[in-house]
Amino acid sequence: MMNGHKASSQELSRLVIDDRRDARFKVHRSAFVSDEILALERERVFGKCWLYLGHSSELKQPGDFISRRVGGRPLLYTRDRDNKLNALYNTCAHRGALVCRERSGNRRAFTCGYHAWTFDEKGRFVGMPGREALPPDATDNCKLDLIHVERLEEFKGFVFVCYDKNAMSLPDYLAGAGEYLAYVADQGAGGMEIVTGTQDYCVGANWKLLQENSADGYHGVPTHSTYFDYLRSRDSTNFATMNSRGWVKNLGNGHAVSESIGLLPWGRPYARWVPGWGEAAKVEVEALNKEIMERLGPERGNVVANGDRNLLIFPNLVVNDVMATTIRTFYPVKPDHMEVSAWCIAPAGESATSRDRRLRNFVEFLGPAGFATPDDVEMLELCQRGYANLEAAPYNDISRGMLSNAPTKTDELQMRTFWRRWRQLVSGDPSLELVGP
Amino acid sequence: MTMQLSRSDAEDFLIKEAALLDAWKLEEWAELFTEDGEYLVPATDDPDGKPGASLFLIYDDRHRLGERAKRLLKKTAHAESPHSRTRHMTSNVAVGDSSNGTIAVSCNFVVFRSRMEVTNIYPGHAEYLLISNGSGLRIRSKKAVLDVDALRPHGKISIIL
Ligand code: FES
Ligand SMILES: [Fe+2]
Repeated sequence: MMNGHKASSQELSRLVIDDRRDARFKVHRSAFVSDEILALERERVFGKCWLYLGHSSELKQPGDFISRRVGGRPLLYTRDRDNKLNALYNTCAHRGALVCRERSGNRRAFTCGYHAWTFDEKGRFVGMPGREALPPDATDNCKLDLIHVERLEEFKGFVFVCYDKNAMSLPDYLAGAGEYLAYVADQGAGGMEIVTGTQDYCVGANWKLLQENSADGYHGVPTHSTYFDYLRSRDSTNFATMNSRGWVKNLGNGHAVSESIGLLPWGRPYARWVPGWGEAAKVEVEALNKEIMERLGPERGNVVANGDRNLLIFPNLVVNDVMATTIRTFYPVKPDHMEVSAWCIAPAGESATSRDRRLRNFVEFLGPAGFATPDDVEMLELCQRGYANLEAAPYNDISRGMLSNAPTKTDELQMRTFWRRWRQLVSGDPSLELVGP
Repeated sequence: MTMQLSRSDAEDFLIKEAALLDAWKLEEWAELFTEDGEYLVPATDDPDGKPGASLFLIYDDRHRLGERAKRLLKKTAHAESPHSRTRHMTSNVAVGDSSNGTIAVSCNFVVFRSRMEVTNIYPGHAEYLLISNGSGLRIRSKKAVLDVDALRPHGKISIIL
């Protein structure tokens, strides 16, 4: 992007134009196509920020493991014999092969396929064929162990890693977003769990477009009119509430939420019954709602049960609590290509009927074969194709609501919050403002 | 009551279904289903998962699969506007057990989808429960199980498999 020379901090910060006087916010489209920017993001964003690894419920028993790529790095996420969670770099101490090729399972030992070095679920080296060919002290001081990821912390069941050993603590990093993760954690009286079945897909577009899209209330009607047609056909809803535009908050450190309470047309599995679910479901949904209200009190209960929220945790975690609750994360493979994984999180031990209703409801909108997500994928890919014209048309406009004191979901404060943090990290200039209209 | 269905009759029926899909006669496709019909696609990492217990990619009851067909025919179904071209290949058809008036039929499939100069391939196998009434066969259930580890590079299933 920078004509061959290495971009200076100033040049990088000018990729985002935050013009408060004229209420214009622009992002240079090279941020979506440049290999140089992607290399900087790997170092300064994915190398420094807390990244979602998984949920603690995914590893139930000691010995359970999942192999997963986080920020492009293959990791081994294990629950060890002492019930502790570990994040290990999945690469052999010998010549580097992946020591685990399976997606998930239960094991106490991982034997590398190449020369059969063996490691336990805590990453400790436990043996190799022909040990005598190495000096006696070769395995001292954990020298041949698998390497632990620099940091691992858990917040209310959500497990994050960070590749920067000097990073701030996870709760400090989450800032105001912690409260919103707590709303999700509070849905289930007996805690939350990830439902089996992952939606693994990809988008031929820059990863930042999906963070923008995931809380973009402005695109709902034009992009997803066919989803609303479906709801109308099933529930004969008159959608008087569709005009509710809710509100948006900057939660600190680049995180943001768009939110409304009790107003949207779709059903919520434990709070908002819709006619398409039938009369029998109504009784159960009302009982579930009552349980939440009694357990959390009317005020918090109302937020947890009746609130629809799109939570963006910088840089790439989305927790959408809408017609079901989804956790979505994504990573760039190339400037114009990302890989996405999405899960359904649900109250542990909920009834079979409620779980069934939740899973049906999830895929009516969400996921790569739902009635909405494929159209998001299409739109992001069309944006990316359009950036081939960036010389003639260099800027994205993200100015909606800059003049407003009470920005709504159809404004763009949530995206500006992301970009302000992105600009600060990518340019390496901590004096740049994170707060703004 | 036991029903007899020959392999070639089952295959003829599946070929007819594939032809409707490739011709974008999606509402006619939906009409192949019984009133309580369903259309299912499990997650790529949980191909043996049970609907209602595992997160599927597609978990359509009869109403939703009809609406899926209608949706995909609209210009505002952006992922399929303009429509992709598809080619459904069906093979290895086998007729299984019949019970309670339904006949189990399985097949292998490959679906090619081309759009905007990109072609994606969806390989897998399908399990059908068919019902034979006086006027022919109807689909009580269709489950399409993909043989890919992830929807990569596809990104989506915006067609009917
Ligand atoms: S690379 Fe693992 S044992 Fe040699
Ligand atoms: Fe969307």
